[in-house]
Amino acid sequence: MLNIRIIVPALPLLALPLAACGSGDDTTGAAATVTPAASASASAPKEALTITNPWVKTVDKGMTAAFGTITNTTGAEVTIVSAATPASPKVELHEVAGSGGEMKMRPKQGGFTVPAGGKLELKPGGYHIMLMDVTGPIEPGRQVAFTLTLADRSTIRFSALAKDFNGGNETYAPGH
Amino acid sequence: MRRDLTRRGLILGGAVAAGSTLAATSGYLAAPRPDDQPTSPAPSTAAPATEPFHGPHQAGIATSPQTHAALLGLDLRPGTDREALGRLMRILTDDARRLTEGQAGLADAQPELADIPARLTVTFGFGPGLFTAAGLKHQRPAIDLPKFSIDKLQDRWSDGDLLVQICADDPVTLAHALRLITKDARAFATVRWTQRGFRRPPTSQPAGHTQRNLMGQLDGTVQPTDLGKAVWISDGPAWLHGGTLMVLRRIHMDLEKWDRADEAAKEFSIGRRLATGAPLTGHNEHDEPDLHAKDHVGFPVIDDAAHIRLAHTADPAQRMLRRSYNYDETVSADGVTDTGLLFISYQADITRQFIPVQQRLAATDLLNAWTTPIGSAVFALPPGCTTGGWIGETLLA
Repeated sequence: MLNIRIIVPALPLLALPLAACGSGDDTTGAAATVTPAASASASAPKEALTITNPWVKTVDKGMTAAFGTITNTTGAEVTIVSAATPASPKVELHEVAGSGGEMKMRPKQGGFTVPAGGKLELKPGGYHIMLMDVTGPIEPGRQVAFTLTLADRSTIRFSALAKDFNGGNETYAPGH
Repeated sequence: MRRDLTRRGLILGGAVAAGSTLAATSGYLAAPRPDDQPTSPAPSTAAPATEPFHGPHQAGIATSPQTHAALLGLDLRPGTDREALGRLMRILTDDARRLTEGQAGLADAQPELADIPARLTVTFGFGPGLFTAAGLKHQRPAIDLPKFSIDKLQDRWSDGDLLVQICADDPVTLAHALRLITKDARAFATVRWTQRGFRRPPTSQPAGHTQRNLMGQLDGTVQPTDLGKAVWISDGPAWLHGGTLMVLRRIHMDLEKWDRADEAAKEFSIGRRLATGAPLTGHNEHDEPDLHAKDHVGFPVIDDAAHIRLAHTADPAQRMLRRSYNYDETVSADGVTDTGLLFISYQADITRQFIPVQQRLAATDLLNAWTTPIGSAVFALPPGCTTGGWIGETLLA
């Protein structure tokens, strides 16, 4: 269940449609990822991290999680210390730890570290951005804005597509 | 403001994508086959066979027909309004864009199956009920068919609010795409019908050659010469410019009865030779039928009720683009197959292009003795979209 293959998109362009196709509601935070691959090294200031294939699991209220591939475009290690979204006042960076049938989700101490020039995969059953207290429904097809804060206090914004998903042994019981 | 930019991008992106469609298609057709080493073909070094998703028109219409098709007719759940339809079409567009490029979908539980796109196309169409659900009845094009005398239509093969047409050369690719899209549509719609069809693969018969239907006839010989006039819509509601209208008719074939007809009767009914597809007045498949030719006793060589006479359209711009698939379902306990044709046509105007032909055929076509329409649906297929857009945005955004 946890052995999900890491999906590395061949085309950084794939991040574009998601971020660009919203017609209003939740997309105000999407601008940061609307950057065609070709211009990443051009005039625009280069983001330390890019997020591709971002998505968030639909939920009526309560807990859910966001996933995607985070790529470090720099030559130095980058640490994400926190995440935020208008969809939930409380957001945590989680890992799944343990072995066999005793897998537990818990906050990742020190945040998520993305190695220099490397990737961090957020996926069901692995690292994820945990929305602890979703106040209203996250409906399928909605774009949910996120902001990641890095150790140097800079921020990265992206927008994740909400999709129904019931795999990856993902159930979020209170107090986990 | 934002929407204007998107629209402009649609036009610019479309021109580029149209060029790449041709390039990709010819590349596919030109790919060498390892005919000289049938037992151990060398690994292919050709680019993966993909059909471009983006462009002024949706893929899967002018696309050279793939081997397998699954058509999904969906009924919107109560409360699926314009806003929800926008969310649905964003999700389905995202799925289609990724899968056709050989990428896994978001939240794809079987990402391993996405590696081989096999010319996958995913095409969306809007039925009458979608316009009502979205509160956009005034934007609905003419997509109603009259009742035809020959019809024995069944609800389980007819109508639907939303069409998803999935085509691929590989049935595994098709199954994966169908499942992901079905799962993502569940929150918004229920499945009214699923219709599956097949054609000969390019490994059996090169693309571009007319294929036979399961009655043995070469089917689809006469096609429009100018898709810009015959297929793509350029007037009427602006949201549909670059789109088209699709007619889907499930036509059952009574092959037991057809078996009992002799070759001469079959050819007389069609107006063509079975072996070559040539009109009874010609020698080759693509010879123009001589509808005025008389035999030695003065009767028309191509009968007044022959299929090709009634289906004949003098103006090539009025022809519909036909892109049909065979179907062949379970065999009965008595050993009788459930066989027929998923007749699929695309045209800019069904009132002008489809209905007159179908009325002539319904009235007197000799083939009606063996064929019966048992399903019918019409959909408006929106134009294509750019990398930043989604199918249906011109109507629903």
